[in-house]
Amino acid sequence: MTTVAHAQPHAHGDAQHAPMSFWRKYIFSTDHKIIGIQFLFVSLFFLLIGGLLAMQIRWQLGFPGKPLPGGGILPESMVQNGVILPEYYIQLVTMHGTFMVFFAIMPLLVGVYANFLIPLKIGTHDMAFPRINMWSFWLALLAGMIMLSGFFVPDGAPRAGWTMYAPLSARPDLSGATISQKLWSISIVVLGLSSVMGSVNYITTIINHRAPGMTWFRMPLSVWSLFITAILAVLALPVLQGAAILLLFDQTLGTHFFDPGAGGQALLWQHLFWFFGHPEVYILILPAMGMASDIIANGSRKPIFGYHSMVFAIIGIAFLGWIVWGHHMFMSGMNPTLGSTFMVSTLLIAVPSAVKVFNWMGTMWRGNLRFHVPMLNAIGFVSMFTIGGLSGIFMAATPVDIPLHDTQFIVAHLHYVLFGGSLFALFAAIPYWYPKMFGRMMSERIGKLHFFLTFIFYNMTFFPMHIIGMGGQMRRIYDPTIYDFLKPQQPLNVFISYSAFALFAVQFLFAFNFLWSLKFGKKAPMNPWEDNGLEWSLPNPAPHGNWAPNTPNVYRGPYEFSAPEAGDKDYLPQYVKLPTDRDPVPAPLPATH
Amino acid sequence: MMRATQVVDEMRPPVPAEPGAGVYSKKLGMWVFLASDVMFFTALIGSYIVLRFGMPSPWAQPGAVLNVPLTGLNTFLLICSSVSMVKAYAAIADGKKYFLRKVPGKRLQDGGLKFWMLITIICGAGFVGVQLIEYIKLVGEGFTPAGYREASLLAEHALADPIKYGAGVAGMYGSTFFTMTGFHGFHVTCGVISMLYLYFTKVLPEKYSAQDYRGIEVIGLYWHFVDLVWIILFTIVYLI
Repeated sequence: MTTVAHAQPHAHGDAQHAPMSFWRKYIFSTDHKIIGIQFLFVSLFFLLIGGLLAMQIRWQLGFPGKPLPGGGILPESMVQNGVILPEYYIQLVTMHGTFMVFFAIMPLLVGVYANFLIPLKIGTHDMAFPRINMWSFWLALLAGMIMLSGFFVPDGAPRAGWTMYAPLSARPDLSGATISQKLWSISIVVLGLSSVMGSVNYITTIINHRAPGMTWFRMPLSVWSLFITAILAVLALPVLQGAAILLLFDQTLGTHFFDPGAGGQALLWQHLFWFFGHPEVYILILPAMGMASDIIANGSRKPIFGYHSMVFAIIGIAFLGWIVWGHHMFMSGMNPTLGSTFMVSTLLIAVPSAVKVFNWMGTMWRGNLRFHVPMLNAIGFVSMFTIGGLSGIFMAATPVDIPLHDTQFIVAHLHYVLFGGSLFALFAAIPYWYPKMFGRMMSERIGKLHFFLTFIFYNMTFFPMHIIGMGGQMRRIYDPTIYDFLKPQQPLNVFISYSAFALFAVQFLFAFNFLWSLKFGKKAPMNPWEDNGLEWSLPNPAPHGNWAPNTPNVYRGPYEFSAPEAGDKDYLPQYVKLPTDRDPVPAPLPATH
Repeated sequence: MMRATQVVDEMRPPVPAEPGAGVYSKKLGMWVFLASDVMFFTALIGSYIVLRFGMPSPWAQPGAVLNVPLTGLNTFLLICSSVSMVKAYAAIADGKKYFLRKVPGKRLQDGGLKFWMLITIICGAGFVGVQLIEYIKLVGEGFTPAGYREASLLAEHALADPIKYGAGVAGMYGSTFFTMTGFHGFHVTCGVISMLYLYFTKVLPEKYSAQDYRGIEVIGLYWHFVDLVWIILFTIVYLI
């Protein structure tokens, strides 16, 4: 089955000591930790690309008609006399969304942390299928490269928005981009394959490879959320793949799936896309919630409040996520009765989400708070996610959504959950598990500075978007100043742009901290955060094969902070055996078939 | 002894773990993958249903364009391959691997993994072959993913009898037909390639035994799934 988790215990010992070539160890690695780190570097690169595109969008919206600084290096097809052309602007909008959703946030949450954390946190040697895992990474990279190549083909990048609404996306004569629209479809099909391969691995590993004593309800919430996320991905990505294949055939073979002129249905694309798209929303937030839960319990030195309700809230959100896709389509001419159904099911999601938010607050309440960088960012996550969730309720309600639809208000909401939510959780997770990845700590001082500056500039950037959105500024317009009714709020657009530039600049603090600490960070102790998870029983960085040839025994749940049994410490790791603990009884091995 | 440990280890980490699903990881992984494949075909079939019933005029009548008897025969071939897959599984579960080797008191078809796997591969490859011939014939008659080709045989028929040949819906008819049957054919091809790989790396070198035949079981799951999908596709694409 595998190359790593193979055969007999003594073979494992050999595998650990056998010298591996650089290529085998770091490039074509089957080790889940290396694959996670590969995903980390690649998706941080795509995060930077997405950020650069966003800066150009903000320049155009804040200073339309002014030459883009440094725009001279762009070809004539993109800028004229340094001014961004409308054709290039729509490419920016499309590719910013595509890169951020599919190639930055999704792989950062799922590719990096599902790979890195699942085997470490459930106490096994590797994924169930390490080679498939490696393929999943290389396919994701291939998909990203195909997508990126769209900028370098003659017609320029795709232009139909990241949602690729048909028939604009299906007909090159409408979009003006013949090659890159096809590249988009191909890239998404490859990415879907990569995601399915990864998710099959995560699900199988969590079900079948938990260490003795790691019962379902002793799993950390990060593992629970990654498990549910993998189920969502396995069921949602194939639908997007199917849709992208139909789109690709429309673009290449002359089929008519989404072409209303020949009997196709443009609305079908929206249904397929959002049937995938809404579970995707939870793929992008559930892992963030799980990792924030772990970090908040650690930073509060208290057991997580309502562990079981947290688990059931994750499951509830994931289930409801399947029956709400219509709320993206209230403006598509949908039957109002059906619209009300989608409205009610969407509003129901507020219930499990609120359960989670209150549980995080209950965890912090009267805790012995430690404001380390991960904790600060996790608190940032909770507060920003709450704002994003509340503005989500606006859009869930059909009557409110109709005037707000396709305005900057939506942009504000999306960034509050995706940047304020997912990315803040990642700013918490990256320094938190950094020592286990690289053996060193990220600088606490730069981390705090980065957090406070990001928090301030982030809110300065995205909060005013609610206001200009309510003022009627549409979502993807090229130049707000050509509309009389938008002119009065142009100063606010300029303010947003300045804030966005500051926000982008501050991220270089993070990049510097990340790269500098690789070499010069403080050497990390084994358990720097005094946490309870199994991964902290390993040396830094965690070795190939983790605990091989053994697996740790698990004696309790993951959130035993400030337990009286722990003695003078305020934490009690899952792997520590107290005199009163009995070893878990190993399960009998199942039959071979 | 060595063999037994290997078997156990591939199912689980080398030391006992928590009770999982009670099946080995490869089988569980295949089930999860099949769940995802179900969603893929659901997207295709769901789109087909929405598009077909959203059309202003009715679909071409069954049998007008497509050769139903030929495909019926092909369906039979695929079902046969599923049966032979079960026979292969049953044979190796009893430890029977022999093929073209004299086993006293036994005939060739009495069993043997090698024999039944070969039959499965031949039937699967035959299915793909017949499908290719069908495609070539259809394209030759003027049936393409974009509809009836101008000035082709089918285009003339459609002019003469627009109802029978669904002249108004030809584009969508071609789009859905080639997409759905094509992706099914792609799945069958992947299955045949995987089985050929197993045949030469595991079956012929006699790596499977009555104690360990998980590869056969896992590819069998996939094969039966592909077969099941075809029965649905045959019904909705060819028969109604």
